[in-house]
Amino acid sequence: MRLLTHNLLTSHVRGVGPRGFPLRLQATEVRINPVEFNPDFIARMIPKVEWAALLEAADTLHLIEVPKEPIQGYERNEEFLRKMHHVLLEVEVLEGTLQCPESGRLFPISRGIPNMLLSDEETET
Amino acid sequence: MDSNHQSNCKLSKTEKKLLRKQIKASHTLLRHEGIETVSYATRSLIVANGGLGNQVSRNQLLPVLEKCGLVDALLMPPNKPYSCVRYKTVEESKKAYDTLNGKEIVDDLGQKISLYLNFVEKVQKSLKHRRVKHFGYEFHYESNSVDKDKPLPGGKITPRKFDTVQASKGHKSGIITSDVEDLTLNKRGIRTSFTFRKVRQTPCNCSYPLVCDSQMKEAPASFPESDKEALQLEQDYVHRVYEEIARHFSSTRHTPWPHIVEFLKALPSGSLVADIGCGNGKYLGINKELYMIGCDHSQNLVDICRERQYQAFVCDALAVPIRSGSCDACISIAVIHHFATAERRVAALQELVRLLRPGGKALIYVWAMEQEYNKKKSKYLRENRTSQGMKEEISNDTSMQELLVKQLPNVGNQDSAHSVSSINDFQDGGYNSRNVANSKLPVHTNRTSFHSQDLLVPWHLKENPGKDKHVEPFGSLGSRDPGPVFHRYYHVFCEGELEAACQTLSNISILQSYYDQGNWCVILQKV
Repeated sequence: MRLLTHNLLTSHVRGVGPRGFPLRLQATEVRINPVEFNPDFIARMIPKVEWAALLEAADTLHLIEVPKEPIQGYERNEEFLRKMHHVLLEVEVLEGTLQCPESGRLFPISRGIPNMLLSDEETET
Repeated sequence: MDSNHQSNCKLSKTEKKLLRKQIKASHTLLRHEGIETVSYATRSLIVANGGLGNQVSRNQLLPVLEKCGLVDALLMPPNKPYSCVRYKTVEESKKAYDTLNGKEIVDDLGQKISLYLNFVEKVQKSLKHRRVKHFGYEFHYESNSVDKDKPLPGGKITPRKFDTVQASKGHKSGIITSDVEDLTLNKRGIRTSFTFRKVRQTPCNCSYPLVCDSQMKEAPASFPESDKEALQLEQDYVHRVYEEIARHFSSTRHTPWPHIVEFLKALPSGSLVADIGCGNGKYLGINKELYMIGCDHSQNLVDICRERQYQAFVCDALAVPIRSGSCDACISIAVIHHFATAERRVAALQELVRLLRPGGKALIYVWAMEQEYNKKKSKYLRENRTSQGMKEEISNDTSMQELLVKQLPNVGNQDSAHSVSSINDFQDGGYNSRNVANSKLPVHTNRTSFHSQDLLVPWHLKENPGKDKHVEPFGSLGSRDPGPVFHRYYHVFCEGELEAACQTLSNISILQSYYDQGNWCVILQKV
């Protein structure tokens, strides 16, 4: 699971609503997977990212420091884009957990796959 | 009077009567059923009159027998006026013999019936005047079956090549003509006959699933009457099945459908796209300019996505853990038709729309009831048996593979008027009518038109899909060992039904709806 994917995921336990975001990340195994750098692509991703959630996740993984917010004129700042490319696309969490910040429910990540299946009672109907 | 005589006789009148009846029962068994009783005590008893043929049920008989000891087995052959009981010990069966002989029980019709018990060596029919030697497996005559788990030691018949010898011309054998002069009668001597039986090691997949005892057990699914039943049906006949067939299913799903590729290629670069029900992830890598994530209920299918380096996770399409309004586009290919009620299908669409940002688009594909549209048969129906390579190129996601395995010879020639009328029949009834409630879900015959909107579609599992890519063009059941059959639940959509379901959602507009190779398709936009 890449951090960009993590940025899109939310807890969907019954009743938690928007307070289910962001999922707390705990990683026991992380792999760096080189991905071809595409500055235009990354520049388009930046406005779609929930920045606070990304900061928190990058922090728990002790990654290189992510700026507090996207810097001015980032579209043309290759250094910034390369950094974000690495954080969003190259860091893969292989083993660990995702925790719902509201209910505390833990979702396992195994072999890079989050299992987000809920029991019937946990589902929002 | 009776009491005066009693002291003089060894046996009372009732006892004598009992003995007479008992001996008579024993003779009847030998004469009619070929069952030989023995005079010494054994663990097994034949209970004359205590049989299903006498309207005596297991529920009535078993408690009576259990009063005398621990019953090891009670065999009640259908339509026979007797049953066979085996006790754990000889003592127990002796007790039953002593106490239950002549015992009256009340049958299903309320009539009293007396039981007569006799010892037998084995709870098995011995054929009168006949000696039997079994090879491979012992054949149990009482159940007309074999125990697959207990092959006989040694004694296997090895198939050999036979040499055919020309019959001598002078010898007329076995033909009776109208000329009686020609007929001679031979005195009957010893005859030896051979019976060959094939023991099936895999679940039955004969062509008569609706009447086949073995297959009916596998498909007891009914139309769901509540949300809970719908959920159970989906668990048993969708989720579990995909988990079981994942590898084989995936091996048949390698070519993306052109119109879906078109949709994905037309999306702006840098779009976030979710594939809800992504299967083996065949659409996740179509357009490198998109950020695509996939999810599926089947862990085994998501594993395949990961092996292909895609971003994927496990979840239910009714509760997708993606934040609301985050996706530029979503696709739902061959997913919504697996939900078992109209409400759940709408809920799945609703969930899809929730993920979209305003202006975001979703592409939805469901299997169509109409496999013939504008007088053109879908690929599903007219699949050409000779061009196997082409087949996979264009085959629809839904359930193509089984067609290749099990085709009916007459499918291609199916009378078009017939399939049209069946759709009309259906539409008259209305697709939401539940007048069929509580009835069993019909099992679909692969590669034929649909006769019901809710149905079970068989999947013929091939254990090593990678090993044997070649799929036989014809019926094929004879030459290869057929794998187990799984049934997947489908609700196939009628024309207009998918749009109607989409229109119940308040915040969307339908951009396009079309028919594509046996599927109804909608592109909608969130407003």
